[in-house]
Amino acid sequence: MIDQATSRRNFLKITSIAGGGMLIGFNMISDSAAAADDAVFAPNAYVSISSKGVVTLMSPNPEIGQGVKTALPMILAEELEVKWDAVEVEMAPLDQKKYGNQMAGGSGAVKSRYMPIRTAGATAKQMLVTAAAQQWGVSADDCYAENGTVIHKPSKRKLGYGDLAAKAALLPVPTDVKLKDPKDFKIIGTRVANIDNHKIVTGQPLYGIDTRREGMLYAAVAKSPAFGKTLKSFDDTEARKVTGVKNVLKVGNFVAVLATSTWAAKKGKLALKVEWEDTGKLESSTEHTAAFHELLSKTPERAGRNDGDVEAALKDSNNKIMEAVYETPALSHANMEPLNFFADVKGDKAELYGPTQVPSSLRSSVARALNIPQENVTLGMPRQGGGFGRKLQPDNGVECALISQAAKVPVQMLWMREDDMQGDFYRPASMFKYKAAIGPNNDIVAWHLNAAVLSGGRAAAPDAFPAASLPNFRVDNQSLPTNIQTGAWRAPTANSVAFADESFLDELAHQMKKDPVALRLELIEKGKNQPVGKALSYDPVKYKSVIDLVVQMSGWGKTKKPNVFQGFASHYSFSTYAAHVAEVTKMPDGQLRVTKVYSAINCGRVVNQSGAENQVEGAIVDGLSHALFSKVTFDKGAVEQTNFHTYRFMRMKDAPIEVIVKFVPSEDAPTGLGEPGLPPIAPAVGNAIFAATGKRYRKLPFELG
Amino acid sequence: MASYNLNVNGKSMTVEADADTPMLWVLRDHLNLVGTKFGCGIAQCGACTIHVNGVATRSCQLQVASVGNNKITTIEGLSPDGSHPLQKAWEEIDVAQCGYCQAGQIMAAASLLKTKPKPTDADIDAAMNNICRCGTHYRIRKAIHLAAEKGGVSK
Repeated sequence: MIDQATSRRNFLKITSIAGGGMLIGFNMISDSAAAADDAVFAPNAYVSISSKGVVTLMSPNPEIGQGVKTALPMILAEELEVKWDAVEVEMAPLDQKKYGNQMAGGSGAVKSRYMPIRTAGATAKQMLVTAAAQQWGVSADDCYAENGTVIHKPSKRKLGYGDLAAKAALLPVPTDVKLKDPKDFKIIGTRVANIDNHKIVTGQPLYGIDTRREGMLYAAVAKSPAFGKTLKSFDDTEARKVTGVKNVLKVGNFVAVLATSTWAAKKGKLALKVEWEDTGKLESSTEHTAAFHELLSKTPERAGRNDGDVEAALKDSNNKIMEAVYETPALSHANMEPLNFFADVKGDKAELYGPTQVPSSLRSSVARALNIPQENVTLGMPRQGGGFGRKLQPDNGVECALISQAAKVPVQMLWMREDDMQGDFYRPASMFKYKAAIGPNNDIVAWHLNAAVLSGGRAAAPDAFPAASLPNFRVDNQSLPTNIQTGAWRAPTANSVAFADESFLDELAHQMKKDPVALRLELIEKGKNQPVGKALSYDPVKYKSVIDLVVQMSGWGKTKKPNVFQGFASHYSFSTYAAHVAEVTKMPDGQLRVTKVYSAINCGRVVNQSGAENQVEGAIVDGLSHALFSKVTFDKGAVEQTNFHTYRFMRMKDAPIEVIVKFVPSEDAPTGLGEPGLPPIAPAVGNAIFAATGKRYRKLPFELG
Repeated sequence: MASYNLNVNGKSMTVEADADTPMLWVLRDHLNLVGTKFGCGIAQCGACTIHVNGVATRSCQLQVASVGNNKITTIEGLSPDGSHPLQKAWEEIDVAQCGYCQAGQIMAAASLLKTKPKPTDADIDAAMNNICRCGTHYRIRKAIHLAAEKGGVSK
């Protein structure tokens, strides 16, 4: 499939001039538009229009469920003036020379590409308008584009984009194009369904795991059962007796079993006798917890932020001192599609296809591992069954490439769920120790957070809210070295510290007998009017905008539904503001259920209303699921959770019946949405549970029952 | 290895496989029907849900040797062209995020609608226990209600 596309593309680069249209030298030719007798207008890498009128939009960033394969082409279509229903959307292969940074992470794709992609669409439109004006011998100023046609206003003559493609391709690419006035937007801001919906609901092949190629073998892998253990030896006698097993290979620190089906490969793997030896420390979560307590019993010399004199305020006998310790566990990414990849390594060339959030770094890692030039590695990206940060690591692609190189066959490597859950780069566990002082005027006069995280990351962003709002404020970050793989997990840092910060603020509000929302607004107001120390790290007007909206949506402080209790939390992360009100209901059987969540978001202009709501709804359920149920623990280097029976996820019976999401209307450029909805849900629910029961949960997961 | 005659999506198909091979892998690797997804292999997540005589079944735990003449339906065979009310509702509500679990979700919901054409929220809570890692639960619930409103079960 990939070979064919590549060769067809090369063929067209050379021969398309013969086709009756024209091709600009550096242009990208899309596969679907590329029938050999058809010509293409492609003024940049994102747009191609064939003389038959096929409009193909390339989506450059990996689609992991965050909706960029729909949102980015929407932006393009808006400026290009084409009907959304009439365009083809394709996933671009890895080519950063053409597409710039092709990654999925940090909620950054829509934010960073909004203006460049608008410009790309507007450039193509302007060239088509110019081509039509020239053809008619009229002024381009009298022409405009609409629904894939250029119209001459005075005479009402019309030409379709397809008819103009050949002529437009001859024009120089303009550098000063005019973008649309947002008030004229027809696509941006509307509800557009996921571009792959029909394929998804009819079960068509879309994902890396669906790759099927001539001569391909299926590979299962036997990997280290614990961090700190290394492959010593293995006996494959029984594995090779399994029907369908073709080869067994040692590759680095694991053993690969290649077979004619996944089941045969798995059976072969289970029949292996593998010996592992201890080569590193075998760590356990109980030791981590003890080490966190030890670390946090001391205040490091250098603070992450240190305004005023926290120590003096905490010693002042006029102040009421509040203390609390919050804990968040390690988490697995547990993407629904277990890690896999396809690789076909032939000599010094490699063809890769599979799920990754970082195609460029995956390619360079593969090239390094295979010891071949990077240019010899092609990489295609399927739709992906989740990401959540796991695929910021290139290990799946590298392992598969090494297997293919050693076995000299095309290989699809698939990890079983156990391999995936036990070979993750985990969200690291954290601990947060707070001391705060409430002054005689019933306001917070000191705040000290001493935080620790497993691995070399940081547990807290020192300048985040409520920094700058308090006269004495200190944040310390400490870390605990480990040989356990850790990595980014949806909304890194924010996903843990927001739980701790926003729960502790709720504690303080209750202690001061202040409304928790009013306390936030009071702090934001102080930070805005009289910031202490470094300037605010957020826009107080926007922060307040989401709080005001969610208060209005949820009837905060006014709702008196029987057995329903509300909790509030907000957080600013990845340039987006989020505030949630969670409603916890005491069910007739006495159990607590999160029945409804209201969410207000300020993410600038919303590109796809449906996709944006879906991201926030999903972030809320995802965050809630982990807050209620999920944790990873280590025992002597091994992950104790192996599959979904021990690593629990939310089922329908525990999910909120309703999730109501609203966006603060905004004329600003869009910011990210994949992550920011997640951090405030755990504290919103914890605060609602406190309202319902008077019990403060300071440790995730809540494990209510 | 043995030879098995199977009735899959209304067609007779023959596969050569070990008796203990789960239908999940028979469908995916032998018959190239990859719409049925692998998620856990222990009947926990439901990504591999198919119908056996119309009843939702986790195909990772269904050995090929036990299938016999029972009628197997996969997401590819739920409707000829994606026109099952649930498939249409899934598109209309725009349920999917990553989309990986949704075939299994739709198959589970289709089985539910056969026994309860107008399910309540409680019915949905009880029947829909597949995992969705993206958290599309709210939209799944809405899509099931919408499909039920629009006529629910189709052949």
